[in-house]
Amino acid sequence: MSTTNSVVASGSVSGAPWGSDAHLQVVPPPPSLGALGAMVEPLHESAKMSAVGLRASFGAREILKGISIPLYEKHVTAIIGPSGCGKSTFIRCLNRMHEVVSGATSVGQVHLDGQDIFSMDPVRLRRRVGMVFQKPNPFPTMSIRDNVLAGLRLNGLKVAEPDALVERALRQVALWDEVKDGIHRSGLSLSGGQQQRLCIARTLAMEPEVILMDEPCSALDPIATARVEELIHELKKDYTIVIVTHNMQQAARVADYTAFFYMGELIEHDRTDVIFTRPAQQRTEDYITGRFG
Amino acid sequence: MGRMHTDREYEAELTALRERVLLMAARVEEQVNGALRAYQTQDSVLAERVRQADSQVDQLEVEIDGLCVQMLARRQPVASDLRFVTTILKIVTDLERIGDLATSICSRVLELQGTPGAYRPSALQDMGEAARNMVRDAVDALVAGDARKAREVSRRDQLIDEQHAAFFPIIARQMEATPSDFDHLMRMISISKAIERIADHATNLAEMVVFMVEGRDVRHVHEDKPERKQRAE
Repeated sequence: MSTTNSVVASGSVSGAPWGSDAHLQVVPPPPSLGALGAMVEPLHESAKMSAVGLRASFGAREILKGISIPLYEKHVTAIIGPSGCGKSTFIRCLNRMHEVVSGATSVGQVHLDGQDIFSMDPVRLRRRVGMVFQKPNPFPTMSIRDNVLAGLRLNGLKVAEPDALVERALRQVALWDEVKDGIHRSGLSLSGGQQQRLCIARTLAMEPEVILMDEPCSALDPIATARVEELIHELKKDYTIVIVTHNMQQAARVADYTAFFYMGELIEHDRTDVIFTRPAQQRTEDYITGRFG
Repeated sequence: MGRMHTDREYEAELTALRERVLLMAARVEEQVNGALRAYQTQDSVLAERVRQADSQVDQLEVEIDGLCVQMLARRQPVASDLRFVTTILKIVTDLERIGDLATSICSRVLELQGTPGAYRPSALQDMGEAARNMVRDAVDALVAGDARKAREVSRRDQLIDEQHAAFFPIIARQMEATPSDFDHLMRMISISKAIERIADHATNLAEMVVFMVEGRDVRHVHEDKPERKQRAE
């Protein structure tokens, strides 16, 4: 079955960037858009990363069956789909963590700024494409401060001004004011939501360009979730973010683009407002409305 | 809406909402029918009955609004479900207004009692039937999820606008000829206006049906008639 990708299909339409006053100009909506009439803004983004015909397997079992998708720069793309659809495998391919597992293979292409990631040094790639996991995983024996610096140190990088870097990273995740007086406490002394933000700070300390998030809020309460979502909103000003989530409301809240995966295939990829108001594919409609299986 | 929800409770809530809206639409259609028949036959008993039925329609509007708000709060509907619920939230207002306008026609009919020989143009009856058919067809399009039919209903609005506009000079001439009939003729204009507004609300309803089915907002967009003027409020 062929992959439907209405973003790719409709191509790049020139126009003012999101967040500008483009909506004030009188422009006829492109025929592929228009769910909300003239209020929709044209697509124009450039892809920070893109997968082209990406296939991934564990042994003989093929998990991804040829995924082609652009991931737009400084935007949030949410990957949704039922368990086992390949969404986590997909983002683990984006920083070559998939191939670390014994028996795991992948074919196809993934580009970062137009360069094939499979020709890059994987350690360097992972500095540029960081990852935040489902369960907050601060290093248990390390302090809050050392956790922030852990990625850099494990990579053998010398940090010129570690205190400034720690403060900057913790401020970016809005954790600084909460922990500045106990920076040497164990990372595990923090609440679950704080731990997850600490993990995001640890990723940010590496100064990545792309942040992959694998269900970052599934272990958090609604308040902690709201803080992480607010953080995602802030971070997309500087980073390209790809988030895997089971929570469709979360995808609707945080993502600019949403991709629906099913059984290893990309069924639909479009602007989030289009996906959640008038998806083009029946399977997307069935999944997001709860008429599945 | 296609396939059934995995969550049967949710499915039952959507079905219940749909049934309440259809009940309200059927009541409103009855009101319009009753108003036209009361005008034609000068049936004051029927006119009074239509007026009294209006409170039931008002209650249904409040009830349906409540169901929609509950659905939004508890289910966070998306895609076709979201379009269904938001469409319902909007069309109940149009349905309720159609009911009010039918009631208004009945009030004029009651005021006409005691003037059996007075001027009652058959043009009004024809216009009323055309508007009534628009309401009926818009509701049918809603039930069937038929965007094509809904579009066809919207196109008929212009004709009624034109009939209403053409009615004015006729009445003006009558007023000049028989100034003593002024009150009576004003009531005729009032009925013509009510019919024209019923057609406008049926058009709104039809346009929302297109949105519900296709996710495309066709209000204030003249899809096939660029020369069509904006409906006068």
